[in-house]
Parts: sequence; structure tokens; C-alpha cells
Amino acid sequence: MSGPDQTMLYPISKQPWNWSRMAGKVFIYGALIFWAFICLFPIYWTVSTSFKTAVNVTQGDIIPFLGRFQGDWKGWRALGLSPDTIFQVSTVRDEFMLRFANSLIVSIGAPVLAVLIGAPAAYGLSRFQYKFGPWRNKDISFFFLSQLLLPPVVLAMPFLVLYKELALLDSVIGLILIYTLTVLPIVIWIMRDQFDTIPIELEQAAMVDGCGVWGAFIRIVMPIALPGMVAAFILAVILCWNEYFFAALLTSTSAKTLPVMVASQTGSQGISWWTMAALSTGAIAPLVVIGVFLERYIVKGLTAGAVK
Amino acid sequence: MTLTVPATPNTSAMSRPPMVPEGQRLAGHWLIIAASVLLLGILIAQTLEASGLAPLGLGTWRLSLYAYLVWAVAIGVGQVLMRGEAGYKALFLLPALLFTIALVIFPTVFGLYIAFSEWNLSSFEGQKFNGLDNLRTLINDAYFWNALRNMTFYVLSVFIQYTLAFGLALLLNADIRARKFFRVAFLLPFMLSPVAVSWMIGKSLMEFRFGPLAGLMRHLGWDSPAFFATPWIARFSIIALDAWVWIPFMIIMLLAGLQAIPKDIQEAAKVDGASPWSTFWQMTFPLMLPVSVTTIVLRIIFQLKLADIVINTTSGGPGGATDTISSFIFREYRDRSNVGYGTMVAEVYLVIIIVFMTLLLNAVGRFMRREAAQ
Repeated sequence: MSGPDQTMLYPISKQPWNWSRMAGKVFIYGALIFWAFICLFPIYWTVSTSFKTAVNVTQGDIIPFLGRFQGDWKGWRALGLSPDTIFQVSTVRDEFMLRFANSLIVSIGAPVLAVLIGAPAAYGLSRFQYKFGPWRNKDISFFFLSQLLLPPVVLAMPFLVLYKELALLDSVIGLILIYTLTVLPIVIWIMRDQFDTIPIELEQAAMVDGCGVWGAFIRIVMPIALPGMVAAFILAVILCWNEYFFAALLTSTSAKTLPVMVASQTGSQGISWWTMAALSTGAIAPLVVIGVFLERYIVKGLTAGAVK
Repeated sequence: MTLTVPATPNTSAMSRPPMVPEGQRLAGHWLIIAASVLLLGILIAQTLEASGLAPLGLGTWRLSLYAYLVWAVAIGVGQVLMRGEAGYKALFLLPALLFTIALVIFPTVFGLYIAFSEWNLSSFEGQKFNGLDNLRTLINDAYFWNALRNMTFYVLSVFIQYTLAFGLALLLNADIRARKFFRVAFLLPFMLSPVAVSWMIGKSLMEFRFGPLAGLMRHLGWDSPAFFATPWIARFSIIALDAWVWIPFMIIMLLAGLQAIPKDIQEAAKVDGASPWSTFWQMTFPLMLPVSVTTIVLRIIFQLKLADIVINTTSGGPGGATDTISSFIFREYRDRSNVGYGTMVAEVYLVIIIVFMTLLLNAVGRFMRREAAQ
């Protein structure tokens, strides 16, 4: 903590190189590297396993290019995604791409819808006084937030029956609707936190200039609230991409998403590790990329409202 | 926190007349009434058709969905026509509110209706009302109580995760190099899909024959490292998997809390010559209490939904030792198509959650007030 100039000011730690400080540093970095290893090794393991052969798996080879483990496209070939099969016809690849596309549509569509209806609601709750029967702003906010408590199992069966009646079963639209419902409370929570930090004078000035409430909201407030919106959106994307429970119950053939495909493969015993690893790699790759490049927004979204 | 809009709309008076003309108000009024009548009419017609009284040929209930959408739009337009400026303000909230109400209220009410009936999707009999039979089955269902007991362990494991996460957050908050790298690395497990994690760790790293973790355990002297074969070991394996996914979330929350502590307070403690240990317990920890409570409460809420990892790693086994309520119901739905009973379990679980969370939040509120008073 203390740089050289501070050591001069405070004679408590006179020697900048004393042993206990060194031991402290070693402990801190040791623990950090250890935990980073725990976090990263399973990801490395999965990616590397997708390039293994049967021998590499049974012998538990970990480090590539030393001895036996020379890398092989076996796992990717089974998915039709290796260099030699990429231009050939592959039903497995078609299946994989379809699931991937479904996941993509659902995990973009639901967050877009959630932000479209959630951001105005959050703005309204942050700025205006509502009266909805006996309900005030506080109650309405609580109503939205309480949806977080609702476990998916409670909604699953009624939705199965409801979607059957509405002919929305096994449809992407149906999934988007229910995912929107699950991420909406989070979006409202983050956006409200964001709007609360924006001074109201800006909108008042805009309204004096002739903007209506919606004009002020869209032209003045939204651009300022963009970081919060991005944070809410990305967090929603992560949740939707990874969602399994509803997807497993409400889809069967056409709208099945990637997690359901991965899960159905883990269930079967005969499936080879390299294929499974390639499939898992495909399922986690987009999120690893998001995590590495947009970490700032994810942290912003997660910590919204937690630290006052 | 809520900011009040000035009561007199003198700013907007320039763009819109302050008073809504009588004709416009009436138009809005009638629009809402007409839309409501339309919605009600279609609902009644579809109910009649569904009950077999009137074969109108309306097809699926899609029509009612469209009618609801039209009604929702009419409500919005009607609000603006009737109340002018105030209507525009209501328009901010209405879409989200109508969406949530439609998608939550109906399923919850309908769920209660299913819960009190015998209904197996794989049999031809269809739904049959059976009163409290499902509730009686539930009370005598050892698997349900077993799953509930497991939930207690899983919820309690949150505190272990919290301790670990707090330690890691302190390390990240220390004066270190490459903080960005460590932060991203620590965050990644949270981003991955639980289904993929179940395979990556549960079914491959922990695999009995070839998994490197099993190999490591053999090396350390555990002869048969079967992570999912005996109840207690399986339970702890699931807890470890779950911790791997969720500790990042807690680290991020706690790190944000640590970074919000003013630096000069920490420096002052250092000048006083307090040891790091007593600085932590007398200053850092009390200052972190609100963030800690928020983190733990949020985490417990998420923990109560724990399902994906259990479903995909152990399917609740061995012998239900790792079952959560959600995974138990999931199997009831998917493997046995037992809709009626599964829904009853879900509704009972919801009641348990609501009671538990109310008690928890009350206790937390009282605890925080007492801390603040001190």
C-alpha cells in the first residue's frame, strides 16, 4: 500500500523490503494465481480436450505438443467443423448451427424486448409518482422485483399448458416472451439505479425548450443512460444464453437452444469426450469473448444498486 | 430516492394544453370501454368453445392473445386521450406492467388450478379435479422432504462461498499488478452456461477413470475418487460445482463494496498502527456489512432456484442425495409427465420461499437497524 514517499513520512514500516512484507506479497500473488488457475483450468481443459484423440483422453494428457498430445481435429470433425469437413455436408453441423442460431435469436431478442419495455418503466418509476389503485411507486417496484423470487418451476407447467393452447410451444417467440419475463426485473433494477444518478434539471431544461416527457426521455436521458442500458442488456444476454430449464421443458425440435443440445448429449453414455468438449467449447465461446471484452459492463450491471 | 415531478405542468404547458378537451376525454373513455368489451367478448366466446358449448371454430387461444394486445394498446392510447400529460407519463410504466401481469398472474392462478387436479400428460384421461390428494401425497413423499433438506445444505453453503469470496475480494483489492487479468479470470466461471459446466467439471474433470481431478485425488491418497457415488461426497461435489459458478458473483459485489470504502479511512487505521487483522474486524468488516447482507440475500434467492447443475450432473442421485426441489419437480414433469403433482410441489415450494424470504428479510432488517443504532 505504501510507496517510498509514504515510508519516509511514517516510520512504522521503515524498511520497504522487510521479510513479512515479502511473505505477504508472496501469499497474495500465490493465492491469486491459485484461484485464477481454478477458474481457468476447466475452460482450458474443455478447449484442449476438443483437440484430443482417444489415447490422449485415457492417458490424461494435459499439455499439448509434448509427446503424445499433438492435437487432432477429431472432436470438431464429428461436429463437421474441422478444416477438412467444413465444406462438406454434415447433419450434425446443421443441427449445431440451428441450435446456435436459436440461442442467438433468443438471447438477443429477449434482452432487446426487456430493455425496450423495462427502461421506460424504470425511468417512470425513477421520475414520476404513480398511483395504481392502492399501489404507489414503492409497491410497483417491489412487484417487479418480487418476480426474481419466483422459481422457474412454478411457471413452467402453467406455461407449458398455456403455450400449448396458444400454439406457442416449441417456438422461438414463446421462449423470448418467457425469457423477457425472467430478465425484466433485473433490467428495471439496473436501469432505475442508472436513472437515479442523472440530474433531473437536464430534462426540465429540455421540456422548457419544447420537448414532451417522451422527447426529453429519448433525446436527453437515453444517451446519458447508455452505459447502464448496455450493462443491463449484456447481463440479460448472459442469462438468456445460459438458460436451460424453460428451454428444456418448452421446446422439442424446432426451437431447441444450445444448452438443451449440450444437455441431451451429456445424457447419452456413448458420446465421445472430444465431441462433447467441442460442443461445450462452442457453447461457452461467445460468453468467454463477452466476458473478456465487456467485463466492465458486466461488473457495472451486477453491482447496480448494491453499493450506495 | 424517488424524484418528484413538479406538480404544476407549467413547463409542458407550452407544448400541450394543460386541460384535456371534453371530447377527447370522452373518446378515450369510450375507446377503453370498447376494447374491454371486445376482449371480454372474445374471452367468453373462446371459453364457450373450449368447454364444448358452442363450436365457433375459433381455433387456438391465439385470438385471445391478440385481443389482449389490442386491449393493452387501447388502454395506452385511452390514457393519453383522457389524461393528456399524465397519460404520457403512465405510458412509461404500462407496457412493462401489462406484460408482467399477463405473464405472471395468469400462470400463478392457473397453476393453482392445476395443482389441485390429477393430470398426467402421458395418460389419455386428461385433467381431473382431485381436491387435496396431491397435498396428501406430498406430505408423505419422502423425496420431497429429502429435497427440502438438501436445499438447507445448499443455502447454508452460501456462507462458505461468502467467506471464500470475501477473502478473494480482499486480495483483488490489495495493491497488486495485473488486476484486470485477475478480475476477468475470476469472473469467467459466472459467465459459462451451467449445463456446459456440468459436463466440463462434473462429467469430465471429476470423471472416475480419466478425469484429472480424480487423478489428483488418487495421487493424494484417495483410492477410489468417485465424486458422485456416495450421498455426502456427491452433495459436497455439487456444492463445489455451484460455488465455482457463483463465487465470481459474490467477489464482484464484495469488491465493489471494498472499493467504495474511502481510502483515507484505511490510511488512518494504518497510521494508528493497527494490525491488518484488527483493521479488518473493527473497520472493514463493519463497513462492509450492508453490501455483505445484500450479496448474501441475493445469493440465497438464486440458490433457491438451483437446478441446472444438479439435473445435468447427477439427476438428483445417488438416491436423491443431491436433489433440489427444482430438479425433483423437473423429473416429475419430464420423466413422469405428472403435471398435477409437480405443480402442487412447485406451489408449496413457492409458499415456503415467500415465508422464508419474508422472515429472512425481517430478521435482516432488524439486524441492520440494531447495527446502525450502535
